[in-house]
Amino acid sequence: MNPLAASPARLARVALPVLAALLVVPFVAAPYQTVLLCYGLVFAIAALGFNLLLGYTGLLSFGHSAFFGVGAYAVALIVKYLKISSMEAFVAGGILASALVAGLFGIVCVRYTRIYFGILTLALSQVLWSLAFKFFWVTGGSDGLRVPTPSLLGAAIPGRTDKIAFLANRYYFYVLAIFVVCVALMWVIVHSPFGKALQAIRDNETRAEFVGVQVHRYRWVAFVVSGVYTGLAGALWVPLNGLTTPDILHWTFSGKIVFFTVLGGFQTFFGPIVGAVIYNYLETYAVGHTVYWQLVLGVVLVVLVLVLPSGVVGTASRLGLWRRRAPSP
Amino acid sequence: MDTVLIHLLNALLYAAVLFLIAGGLSLIYGVMRIVNLAHGNLYAFGAYVAAWAVGLMLDSLPTALLYLVLVTGAVAAGALGAVLEPTLLRPLYRRAEEYQLLITFGLLLILEDLMRLLWGPYPLSVSALYEAMGSLHIGESIYPTYNLAVIVVGGLAAAALWAFVYRTQFGVVLRATSQNMRMASALGVNVNRVYVQAFTLGCFMAGLGGAIVVPQQGAVLGMGVDALILAFVVVVIGGLGSLEGALAGALLVGIVRELGITFFPEIELAVLYLMAAVVLLVRPAGLFGRA
Repeated sequence: MNPLAASPARLARVALPVLAALLVVPFVAAPYQTVLLCYGLVFAIAALGFNLLLGYTGLLSFGHSAFFGVGAYAVALIVKYLKISSMEAFVAGGILASALVAGLFGIVCVRYTRIYFGILTLALSQVLWSLAFKFFWVTGGSDGLRVPTPSLLGAAIPGRTDKIAFLANRYYFYVLAIFVVCVALMWVIVHSPFGKALQAIRDNETRAEFVGVQVHRYRWVAFVVSGVYTGLAGALWVPLNGLTTPDILHWTFSGKIVFFTVLGGFQTFFGPIVGAVIYNYLETYAVGHTVYWQLVLGVVLVVLVLVLPSGVVGTASRLGLWRRRAPSP
Repeated sequence: MDTVLIHLLNALLYAAVLFLIAGGLSLIYGVMRIVNLAHGNLYAFGAYVAAWAVGLMLDSLPTALLYLVLVTGAVAAGALGAVLEPTLLRPLYRRAEEYQLLITFGLLLILEDLMRLLWGPYPLSVSALYEAMGSLHIGESIYPTYNLAVIVVGGLAAAALWAFVYRTQFGVVLRATSQNMRMASALGVNVNRVYVQAFTLGCFMAGLGGAIVVPQQGAVLGMGVDALILAFVVVVIGGLGSLEGALAGALLVGIVRELGITFFPEIELAVLYLMAAVVLLVRPAGLFGRA
């Protein structure tokens, strides 16, 4: 890991200008662009959680769609059965439901590593997908469930006509605030003794256990935190999309989360965030310009793995270091 | 009694196709330690090529010969595999598993759209071949003869594969490489060649699976992704890398699925995925795998 990355001053130098820029976006960009960025931030929260497992604990999950989907469906079911449309209830519901599912899945998954961990998470997420798909009287089947525009912090629900304005302004700031909290919290987690223990497990499980790290328990906690982040992202995503369908529970959506993270670089803290935002633009424009968008994404992924395995942020920071070193022989 | 027999035949039909896909997946994992997420798309590719080739020659060849034309699907999938392994997978053997999974995921996306590009968004079908065989009377029920043919082809393929792996020189080399790649290499085995052969063989089988279901189901987009996950279930139940396991897993999944469709259609798929999860928990190496 990059030893410079941990210093708070360096963090502030990078993060504050970015935060300032994110705050200005709704005032200068078109509403559509702001909503697009909002999607990116939501996916970034999911990727941040996912990377606690991949980058810091060394576990590749191919089933994170489960948590994203559980967060989203929790919201949809709250609307359907409890008739509540407060965003705070959505967030709380999404977090609770994904924590529950991640807690259960975690108990069985953390006993395995490598390919077995990946397949196990994949199989469990497919169980949820097939249930969402088949139990149509609860989940709406492949039609999915509609989610109306929510009220934020008890404010009145905006009318149908200014939904875009609402999403591009108030909702954007709501998501941004949660995003900032999530990033700060994750920063604290990975730099805490707990985070260091996870990295020790990743680097050498046997040694970590030997120095007294309770490997399974630590992995389980990481698994739950990771699941909750992704579930929260799912809960924030539904009002944006207005609809939740089984697609977000399918394993190919898990593949997308992996894609975000590797695109940005899973060996860096900010990589997954950058990757999620870039991926969102990439997919949106590819879908807008060609029916063969999967081909575009597939080629990007293959080239990425072959040429830029450390991702956008990883490569950029390596170039930065290299340049800094170059003048002083 | 007849209905039991029909259900059993349906289960076998399903198992035969699944074995062709899962057997290839397992063979590739056993030899190369790569989980090929694009494997389902090679199955779909076989189906598309077979449907396309039969469609081209539908008017010029007698029906009996058209069944042989289906084999082009398997050959095309094998050829595609022979191209993909040295170009895309070989650079990655020394890298972490994550990258191997990702590149095959990228390949999945590419192949999915390549088929859309080549054959358009609409399904291809060659139901003429399905209907030409007519049907049999089993007691008071009728059963399509073609389905029986698929079961026979699946059984023959399993037998041929077994003979190939356990009774030929090439099989010895394959198993040696699978058990210990470095040692095999030190003893003079050209590992690169074994890898490309194993990958080609695995893709050929997937393509054959696609080719024989085409008359019955047609070729549609997305069939690969669906098949992949079921093949995964089979391979996990049987044990990653074990051919006997793939056979047993395919039979088990075929039977459970047939029971599921009859008795618990809502949770049929969920039960299959749960079976895979339970096997992973109880015996991570699968029923037939070596730990």
